[in-house]
Amino acid sequence: MTSNIRYKSRIPVKTEDSTEEKQYVGFATLPNQVHRKSVKKGFDFTLMVAGESGMGKSTLVNSLFLTDLYKDRKLLNAEERINQTVEIIKHTVDIEEKGVKLKLTIVDTPGFGDAVNNNQCWKPITDYIDQQFEQYFRDESGLNRKNIQDNRVHCCLYFIPPFGHGLRPVDVEFMKALHEKVNIIPLIAKADCLTPNEIKKLKDRIREEIDKFGIKVYQFPECDSDEDEEFKQLDKELKECTPFAVIGSNTVVEARGQRVRGRLYPWGIVEVENQSHCDFVKLRNMLIRSHMHDLKDVTCDVHYENYRAQCIQEMTSKLAQDNRMESPIPILPLSTPDVDTEKLIKMKDEELKRMQEMLTKMQQQMHDKDQ
Amino acid sequence: DICLIRSSGTHSSTGGSTLLGYIGIDTIIEQMRKKTMKTGFDFNIMVVGHSGLGKSTLVNTLFKSQVSRRSAGWARDEKIPKTVEIKSVSHVIEEGGVKMKLTLVDTPGFGDQINNDNCWEPISKFINEQYEKFLKEEVNITRKKRIPDTRVHCCLYFISPTGHSLRQLDIEFMKRLSHSVNIIPIIAKADTMTTEERQEFKQRVRKELEMSGIEFYPQKEFDDDMEDKSDNDKIREAMPFAVVGSDKEYQVNGKRVLGRKTAWGVVEVENPNHCEFAQLRDFLIRSHLQDLKEVTHNIHYETYRAKRLNENGGLHPISSSDTQESNL
Repeated sequence: MTSNIRYKSRIPVKTEDSTEEKQYVGFATLPNQVHRKSVKKGFDFTLMVAGESGMGKSTLVNSLFLTDLYKDRKLLNAEERINQTVEIIKHTVDIEEKGVKLKLTIVDTPGFGDAVNNNQCWKPITDYIDQQFEQYFRDESGLNRKNIQDNRVHCCLYFIPPFGHGLRPVDVEFMKALHEKVNIIPLIAKADCLTPNEIKKLKDRIREEIDKFGIKVYQFPECDSDEDEEFKQLDKELKECTPFAVIGSNTVVEARGQRVRGRLYPWGIVEVENQSHCDFVKLRNMLIRSHMHDLKDVTCDVHYENYRAQCIQEMTSKLAQDNRMESPIPILPLSTPDVDTEKLIKMKDEELKRMQEMLTKMQQQMHDKDQ
Repeated sequence: DICLIRSSGTHSSTGGSTLLGYIGIDTIIEQMRKKTMKTGFDFNIMVVGHSGLGKSTLVNTLFKSQVSRRSAGWARDEKIPKTVEIKSVSHVIEEGGVKMKLTLVDTPGFGDQINNDNCWEPISKFINEQYEKFLKEEVNITRKKRIPDTRVHCCLYFISPTGHSLRQLDIEFMKRLSHSVNIIPIIAKADTMTTEERQEFKQRVRKELEMSGIEFYPQKEFDDDMEDKSDNDKIREAMPFAVVGSDKEYQVNGKRVLGRKTAWGVVEVENPNHCEFAQLRDFLIRSHLQDLKEVTHNIHYETYRAKRLNENGGLHPISSSDTQESNL
């Protein structure tokens, strides 16, 4: 059972009426022209999933995008995991639907929260996000901007275990470390082990704690005043339902005469796409069908711009202090640099150096002008 | 006609999925559309050509509104300016829920003097100033969400319908500016030529453009793929469009049409047998409007930016007293 969020097409059909035709210039086709290009190019989206092992992250991703990204995964046992640090693993899959191409990148964070001492276990994750911002900043400031690859993380699904009584310290610290770098959407994982009442209590508790600790999770944008009532109602329900309590499944079962994704228990069948069983459909609709574009926009306009502003300010203050012409952008260590990469890095560094000098001079000039 | 997104009905996911249903990725198009409709569009068009070629009238005809600052009746005592002036005027027009801020940049005085040496310089300077403005905004620390775009997306160059060939000034202008802005040459006041004369003139003009190495929009080198190339080839073959403009209506065969009434008949602006206005309009507005902006942003602006970044000494603010042009 799927539900679609409707959008009214605002482009009127060209009427046969000659007076309408007379006034018609034709630039109402502009959105179509824009979209034609985008459809040709295709879209991309980077989704990060974070949470302890066994929260059902991989299963949920498979359920959301109808793929099987983790076919050959080997699950480690407890001993093997003792010395494991948090890794960052990317999976990319190309999905096409009705002529629209999406390059989906899933950033997985195995090892998060699994150790005995989980101090700062989010650092590799924040470093990764910063790295992508930095890469984009360099590319954007460079000379040849034709084919910039956008690897910035557009959204982070954070899985909260359903077994506790709300947010744990690691949940709070993680979200606080990331809320100004990426759009966080907290989820209650494996929601099929809770009764509806328990879910409600847990959601209320979590919402309270998010407020209390000042965690800035992703906010759905306000509805336009000219949207129809049904849409506004749906939007309101969506907002009141967070954090979404989700269930995922890699298997197909037979329920009520239909084949659906679900989990078969002796006491009944949990259907993933049944709205009275869990919020999976709400999550999917929000993530893919109504807010995917907004998630990307907020990443570009807010999180990235914050990073960039911070970066530039650090650069200009450092240059003013030291009065030396050095590249103050912290170069994060790359894993295995080889000769070619090193050359490329050197070239890019020089390019960047020139850029920084030029930038600083400009800032100085503007600063002097203001005074 | 505009090619809408073709719905194939089936979907495939590379990744070995056997599982049911519809993800809903194609809705991102609708999400984008909603967003762009909300933010609206900007379009900046410049008209260049000596006075009397019907520039203002043509723009008014194209956008079916009084966009130009000139009223329909040209005041005879309006003096021709001594140097080329740049005058911008903006209007917000709306159609089908789409809001467009259209800015018309007029260049009175171009080609009107006795000595027209370097009369393209104020125009070139203006175009580069807009690039500079945009660049400054881009390198700012706190950037605006939508950088105001005053860059010239399209320059309509009006060729006088002499019937013979291009003039020296035409070639000089287009040669110098075709690398910093999209130039669309058009043959103005096409109702002074018969159909045969028009065809011959077009051929000659196209040949001269080719021989002078002038790449007008749509430039061959920027064709993205085979589909674009074949679409654009057809357009390039038909250019420069020979147009007639008018904002007066007449009754022809029971219909009201835009046209020019003469003693021997009514020249219908939107009649493809009479002139190529409809072709120009469809090309400019209905199919390539967005592309004009993209070529300006991705190519002309990037070229300017790269040049600026490579210069020694970095960026200097452009002052209006600068008569000496930098090596741009």
